[in-house]
Amino acid sequence: MMFKKLMPHSSQLFVLLRPGFLVGLAILVGSLALALFPTIFAPFEPNVFNYSALKQPPSMEHWFGTDNLGRDTFSRVIWAYSVNMQMAFVATIFALVIGVTVGALVGYYGGIADAIFGRCVDAIITFPFLVLVIAVVSVLGPGLTNMYIAITLVGWVYYARLMRAEIMGQMANDYAAAGKVMGYSDRRIIFRHLLPNAITPVIVYWMTDMALAILLGSSLGYLGLGAQPPQAEWGVLIAEGRNFITTAWWLSLMPGIAIVLTGLGFSLVGDGIADLMRPRG
Amino acid sequence: MSSISYFISRVLQIIPTFLIVMVIIFLLVRALPGDPAIAMADAKATTEQLEQIRQRLGLNEPIWVQFGYFVKNTLTGNLGDSILLKAPVTEVIFERLPASGFLALYAVLFSLLIAGPLAFVAALNRNKWLDVTIRSVFQIGLSTPVFYIGLLLLTFLAAKMRWFPVGGYGVTFWEHMYHLLLPALTVALYTSAIIMRNLRSSVIEVMDAEYVQFARAKGLPEHVILGRHILRNALISTVTLLGLSIGNLMSGTLVTETVFAVPGVGRLMLDAIFARDYPLIQGLTLTFAVLVSIIFLLTDMVQAMLDPRLRVS
Repeated sequence: MMFKKLMPHSSQLFVLLRPGFLVGLAILVGSLALALFPTIFAPFEPNVFNYSALKQPPSMEHWFGTDNLGRDTFSRVIWAYSVNMQMAFVATIFALVIGVTVGALVGYYGGIADAIFGRCVDAIITFPFLVLVIAVVSVLGPGLTNMYIAITLVGWVYYARLMRAEIMGQMANDYAAAGKVMGYSDRRIIFRHLLPNAITPVIVYWMTDMALAILLGSSLGYLGLGAQPPQAEWGVLIAEGRNFITTAWWLSLMPGIAIVLTGLGFSLVGDGIADLMRPRG
Repeated sequence: MSSISYFISRVLQIIPTFLIVMVIIFLLVRALPGDPAIAMADAKATTEQLEQIRQRLGLNEPIWVQFGYFVKNTLTGNLGDSILLKAPVTEVIFERLPASGFLALYAVLFSLLIAGPLAFVAALNRNKWLDVTIRSVFQIGLSTPVFYIGLLLLTFLAAKMRWFPVGGYGVTFWEHMYHLLLPALTVALYTSAIIMRNLRSSVIEVMDAEYVQFARAKGLPEHVILGRHILRNALISTVTLLGLSIGNLMSGTLVTETVFAVPGVGRLMLDAIFARDYPLIQGLTLTFAVLVSIIFLLTDMVQAMLDPRLRVS
């Protein structure tokens, strides 16, 4: 609503030149580079012990200091990029695909399926998101793969709810009725006609969801339910440093910078895309 | 009359939702591979004890009968015994609820104190440097995980400066206030970022509304417009926002309790998970769901009280 008034009328692409979006994009490109080529950027191996350099504070040689086993924290933070960036994608993509399919079908056919779906959505959003995810992880067992399954099992509902509403809105248009009159199959009308027109808000939500997935994934890593040590993952690194918070603060505090930066990158780019895709009246 | 029927219909709406909540929680533990009785019992349980659990859960009966038992047990407050703490689940949960409740309310208070004034300042200075600064800071806040905010406060204010205790809950009210100050601030910094963002846009929406323009055209002084027209209407959206962010608040409380070792239900949930204490996990998950639906209900009712239009439709 309000963005409509804030935005200049001239060109929608203007959004892409705003400093917020550009900063976000730079962060994401950088993060992706670190995730894909950690060997280039990390000065040390992530899991090699060095007993001659235990719990050293940040220095020119070890930018983020070293841990109780002499591992270089900076290198471990860099190596963690591949896991944490992977979270943004893997934890959301299956929820997106399932949610969009279910939401489209339920929105199109309505009836009993829709009524049941509505009640299920009400029930699932009655649980705090994190509580339901960790309850599912508790049944499946801790670990990265089970964490992805748990997030997908809970997360698809939010996509489906959004998609259902959008499809129902699109069905009021003449082109949907025209497709029916032309005798097209339901499948063709749903997936070739309605879905492309209804997908925009889902994509916008996906961007914010990716930022949330990184925060959620690292939180579960911190709690011991996501990635497991000795794998370098931001939440795990922070949890490992917690025991040394008074003697070696850098162990816990340095990896957090990577989380905040990456989260910020995703949400800035997400905001930009939201503004770009939002239809303007 | 219409408001009473509104309340009644709103309460009745909970029933079908809750039935599905029960199905989800029921299936959660039944989805475990192997015998649920073994999962629900102590590792050292005898064959007799296992048989007892099978009897109570009705595991020898068809699945819908089992579900019936589960609903009946839940409604009578019989959630089984915690494996970890060797006490009835309901008892354990009620023992831990006060600390979490205290923390949550404390955090709500802080979030309102932080988000409320800042949202107004930002909205009144729309797009000026003050607004941009406030929004940028909160954007960073939104990208920071709760446990990290907690650790930062813990490291600098509790461990380094020694201004606050590093954990625990205390005994008296003032001890609670002192022990939970940093945890509450942690949760609040997270929830206030969500609230402030939405509150700012709803204040702006109210400011642009026709009745505010009309009040201004009538020549009412600015402070009257702000107090009587803008503030009162923004209050409605604040209540809604608080209600809707209850899930975030609980998630935040859960994580914060583990960071600061607060003896609440959130920490209990994690202890239960690592101990594979399924009766307790089941009971806690149910408790969270019950609390959220009560808050949703209260939100709707307060909203209907503040905004008469909602009662009609």
